[in-house]
Amino acid sequence: MTERKTLRTKTYVLLAMMVVFGPSGDVLLSRGMKQLGGLHVWSFDGILHFFMRAFTSGSVWLGIAALLLFFISYLLVLSWADFSYVSPASALGYVLVALMGYFFLGEHVPPVRWLGIALICVGVFLVGGTHPDTRQSG
Amino acid sequence: MTLRTALFIGIIVVAGQGGDISLSMAMKQMGEVKSFTPRNLARTLGRSFQIGWMWLGIGLMAVGFFSLLALLSWANVSLVVPATASSYIVGAMGAQFLLGERVDKMRWIGVLIVCVGVAIVCAA
Repeated sequence: MTERKTLRTKTYVLLAMMVVFGPSGDVLLSRGMKQLGGLHVWSFDGILHFFMRAFTSGSVWLGIAALLLFFISYLLVLSWADFSYVSPASALGYVLVALMGYFFLGEHVPPVRWLGIALICVGVFLVGGTHPDTRQSG
Repeated sequence: MTLRTALFIGIIVVAGQGGDISLSMAMKQMGEVKSFTPRNLARTLGRSFQIGWMWLGIGLMAVGFFSLLALLSWANVSLVVPATASSYIVGAMGAQFLLGERVDKMRWIGVLIVCVGVAIVCAA
């Protein structure tokens, strides 16, 4: 029983890391690339120079670090948890992005998107009610 | 939707989920990670890259990613991204038949609801 509880706890912790680091990485990368401006010169030198500049951006590095942490968390949780459990549960990232946009950036979230967010929460709640590792659930 | 668009959406979904399932296969071969010290994590992740499934997974994910880039060059993102929400269903089917996971009724209902929710969020 305790082992089951430990398994659930570490699954939740790593899923939370995935949900936070995945979307954060995307947002940071996007911000960093937008700060650079568009890629206008499509020659080899132009593209090389663009990417060299990208790697001087703090946001790009933070984005890469966040995505790396996301990937590590994903691999670790897959070492014991079902893929059919982890994959839908990680959709909570969409919810986090919408809530962050609404509360911190003052973005307008249309009612249809709230409906989608509510459905994701219900779906994740149902998946979360099953055992993370069906090979151990008896 | 043209046949070419439908074909590319299929490739993105199947290659992407195939990649994830291959990664899952590799990590299951590694066994449950129980120690979270930096040294053990580095050793575990290092060893995981010696497993063929890991490289197959990365290769399939790259196929999915570049197919997405190609598709976005002619199709609208408002069609492409919600359509790829079907990945959750394909992933659950793959998990059941390829990884031998027991996807019960409750989990299936949850997966379907998440799939609809993600499609709505992406389309809205």
